[in-house]
Amino acid sequence: MSKTYELKMGAATREAFGKALLEVGRKNPNVVALDADLSKSTYSTYFAKEFPGRFFECGIAESNMVAIAAGLASAGKIPFASSFSAFVLNKGFEQLRVTAAFPNVNVKIVGTHSGISIGEDGPSQMSIEDLSLACSLPGFTVLSPADEVSMVALMHAATDHVGPMFIRAGRPKVPVIYEASQQFTIGKAIQLTEGTDVTLIATGLMVAESIRAAQALEAEGIHARVLDMHTIRPLDRDAIATAARETGALVVSEEHLIDAGLGVRVAQVVSETHPVPMEFVGIHNTYAESATPEQLVDKYGLLSRDVIAAAKRVLARKR
Amino acid sequence: MQKTTDAAQLSALARRMRRTAIEMIMEAKSGHPGGSLSIAEIIVTLYFDVLRHDPANPQWKDRDRFILSKGHCCPILYAVMAECGYTPKDQLLTLRKLGSIYQGHPDVRFIPALEASTGSLGQGLSIGLGMALSAKLEQSDARTYVVLGDGEIQEGQIWEAAMFAAFHKMDNIVAIVDYNKIQLDGFTKDILDLEPLVDKWRSFGWHVLNIDGHSIPALQQAFAEASATKGKPTVIVANTIKGKGVSFMENNPKFHGAAPSKEEFAQAMAELA
Ligand SMILES: Cc1ncc(C[n+]2csc(CCOP(=O)(O)OP(=O)(O)O)c2C)c(N)n1
Ligand SMILES: [Mg+2]
Repeated sequence: MSKTYELKMGAATREAFGKALLEVGRKNPNVVALDADLSKSTYSTYFAKEFPGRFFECGIAESNMVAIAAGLASAGKIPFASSFSAFVLNKGFEQLRVTAAFPNVNVKIVGTHSGISIGEDGPSQMSIEDLSLACSLPGFTVLSPADEVSMVALMHAATDHVGPMFIRAGRPKVPVIYEASQQFTIGKAIQLTEGTDVTLIATGLMVAESIRAAQALEAEGIHARVLDMHTIRPLDRDAIATAARETGALVVSEEHLIDAGLGVRVAQVVSETHPVPMEFVGIHNTYAESATPEQLVDKYGLLSRDVIAAAKRVLARKR
Repeated sequence: MQKTTDAAQLSALARRMRRTAIEMIMEAKSGHPGGSLSIAEIIVTLYFDVLRHDPANPQWKDRDRFILSKGHCCPILYAVMAECGYTPKDQLLTLRKLGSIYQGHPDVRFIPALEASTGSLGQGLSIGLGMALSAKLEQSDARTYVVLGDGEIQEGQIWEAAMFAAFHKMDNIVAIVDYNKIQLDGFTKDILDLEPLVDKWRSFGWHVLNIDGHSIPALQQAFAEASATKGKPTVIVANTIKGKGVSFMENNPKFHGAAPSKEEFAQAMAELA
């Protein structure tokens, strides 16, 4: 374990996105932003207020927005197009494929309100398949920051990175994991705790849950390594292979369909490098429902409790 | 349920449904009051006068279909469907809570009589076309009614559906645009103006009726004219006020998707008494 984490409540990653968008907009005059009638919810309003001339409100027309962003990128701008993840990816998918991924243009798609932790609005607004969709676009870089610090840092990295990208953000406030000085590199996982018994790999809000799980396991004498997989693509193969070799058992947790997101991608790397037992935490083959975010992560099994149970299952299989 | 053509009775019912919708949103502490209030007369006129339906027989093959394409405004629809007897009235205040059939957006897994799961804007008219095509295939005179938001019709799919409906002379479908002039981020004229709206629909080959969406006689007349119009689909551009009936919500973008405070709720209840 070694390091302990306080996990004090911080800002939502969508709000951190809004703040960071304003920062990168101040730094780089090529940055432009687009939204589809959700700027108050995605917090792209921060940018829109300061740079009205560089902000394009597209109305409720996500596919058009995505292709406009692709055009802006082709002409040399750095467009950040935001909406709920469910709408920008699902409605804009064909445009992402043909106007962004295929010609490999420098668009940044930001999907907020990902996962089921949006709560009361229910499944039509929830995105439980976005990592899968984004990872099925060749050439796309896919980021899924866990807290406000990593979102801001990765937004700066995203602006400097040339190439199409999807950035996943959430609705609820989430605990702060990182100190402000933490460095982030796209494609490099961050090891949060040391351990040799089992590795807990997580992304998004499951990172804090995995830290909590590691702390609880520590009290039982089980030393868990926690990896924040903030980049879903390209995956940090070295960190995964090393974890498999050094700890011999892995748990992968995500607020996403369990058979279509981070877990299966990690399993591919593990089977190619150093096969070891694995267990998975995620959403099982269903749409969720309306309830409070707290009730939903409980009902659909996305708590440290579920990570701990998976760790025990995988430890039982490890020899 | 008791159907009626009496405008005064329908108007009183609309007022009561508004009250129930606000109570539901208050209890849920979230939801979309503005666009629920703007369609009160439309939904009440449909369910209590115009629609051919039977709450005791929701699967009736020849029933008219209703789709709330702007699914976020479901509180008023739930209130009306419960009043009709489709769903329990005594559970209305469980809106958006764990285990409730009254989901945050219409969900046919919980209420099959809703006809369609909506919430992602832009798709209801196409679903309605499918139902209307099926009615034609079955030689049923069932009609399909779809309520669209004005912000919603910024979606390109709406215009694909509009073209299809006119080309196929679908006179058994009626679209109603809730022209309340406000969407999520603000006024439609500032976000992505829809004007000239009547001309747009007309040029797409639709029979267009431009009416006061809060006038029950105007709605009744428009629905009658739609039924009598052969060879083309009809769209009713219903000019409405977002938040209608609660003074501080009227024409106020703030109440697109926010529950009232305690004090605001008390005032709303007084105004809708
Ligand atoms: C495809 C899609 N994009 C965005 C949203 C988020 N959203 C919910 S309501 C709304 C505004 C709708 O405005 P309008 O259609 O005018 O509805 P009303 O004024 O009747 O509430 C938006 C953007 C959504 N539900 N679906
Ligand atoms: Mg509107």
